[in-house]
Amino acid sequence: MSVANAARTPPEAWDAIVVQVLKENQVKLITYVPDKVLAPLIKRLHADDYFTVICPAREEEAVGIVTGAYMAGLRGIVLMQTSGFATLPNVLASLAVPCQIPLLMMISERGALGDFQLGQAIVCRTMRPVLATLGIEHYAITRTEDVEFIVDRMIKQAFATQAPAAIILSPLLTNTKKK
Amino acid sequence: MSANEMKSASRDTAKVMNRSDLTRRLVAKLNQEEAVIGGIGNTHFDLWASGQRPQNFYMLGSMGLAAPIAFGVAMAQPERQVFALEGDGSLLMQLGALGTIAAANQKNLAIIVFDNGVYQITGSQPTLTSYGTDLVAVAKGTGLAQSTWAADEAHFEQLVDRALKEDGPWFIATRTDDKPPAGVTERDAAKIRGRFMQGLGVTK
Ligand SMILES: Cc1ncc(C[n+]2csc(CCOP(=O)(O)OP(=O)(O)O)c2C)c(N)n1
Repeated sequence: MSVANAARTPPEAWDAIVVQVLKENQVKLITYVPDKVLAPLIKRLHADDYFTVICPAREEEAVGIVTGAYMAGLRGIVLMQTSGFATLPNVLASLAVPCQIPLLMMISERGALGDFQLGQAIVCRTMRPVLATLGIEHYAITRTEDVEFIVDRMIKQAFATQAPAAIILSPLLTNTKKK
Repeated sequence: MSANEMKSASRDTAKVMNRSDLTRRLVAKLNQEEAVIGGIGNTHFDLWASGQRPQNFYMLGSMGLAAPIAFGVAMAQPERQVFALEGDGSLLMQLGALGTIAAANQKNLAIIVFDNGVYQITGSQPTLTSYGTDLVAVAKGTGLAQSTWAADEAHFEQLVDRALKEDGPWFIATRTDDKPPAGVTERDAAKIRGRFMQGLGVTK
């Protein structure tokens, strides 16, 4: 593509980049409990035959499914919002961490930066302390230009080190109405 | 065998059997490297005691996740038959998982529940099944059409034979007694995972 053309192409949306990076890393199994911010990503994944998409009743169940799939040779990820993550400390501490499962989590960060929903705001404060206590690698993506690098590297590191990883989507990235 | 040749039973008429004996009967039929996921409680202890097949996974800590883990294995390896073994207390904690498996219509998956009516490992406090929750009715309600109480040991074996031959998902419920488990699982989670992955041919 010429420089002139590239300049005219609008930047790719974060969710389109995530789909591409998941494919490049053979992450075929998608499990999720819905979140409004994740909705465009979920829609793209459902529309793409490459992926097997499962929407279980609870995030814990999704962790179980992705763990089983990993042990049998299929790579997967759990998509959720912060409230969903708050249901997971037991399964992370009793299954994913001790069994050394490269459990990929993508968490849409709700409750931060002016979010007015009380439940979301307080629950959100539990996420980083839990991740830190369990020694789980986590990183928040704030800019579209970082999506490819962070998602790709975190996936590769999770599998190389046999450890769970939490990719956090900051409202700075996902809130398109911010400007 | 057709469905109408099969016995049927309700929770009230099903014979109260022994978890260790049933686990051994199941394992004795496995000759295609079928995967078996044993849930928390005394369930995985009896799976361990039945012989440490490399295709066994012993789930040490996460109540109710034997079936979701088994479902993940079954999706990843559709040619392999997969069994999830769960206690009633564990299953009650994650009933939504039955609906997930029904919705996916996972053909190579069978869930076996040992309903002793109690949380045996924590001191035998009664579970909801002691007050009338019928797990086969629940399973059917989530969409698992092939859900049955095993009337006795012979019927249990017939049901396992069917699960090995015909498309699932299957839900086989058994009434079990208050006998202690026949052994104790070695609790080394990373080793359990590593052996299981070798057993499934994923790693060398
Ligand atoms: C989330 C959670 N709550 C409680 C416990 C404690 N606990 C461990 S095993 C168990 C009972 C399991 O009961 P069941 O599945 O019926 O098996 P059984 O002991 O009867 O073999 C309980 C309550 C736990 N491990 N995790």
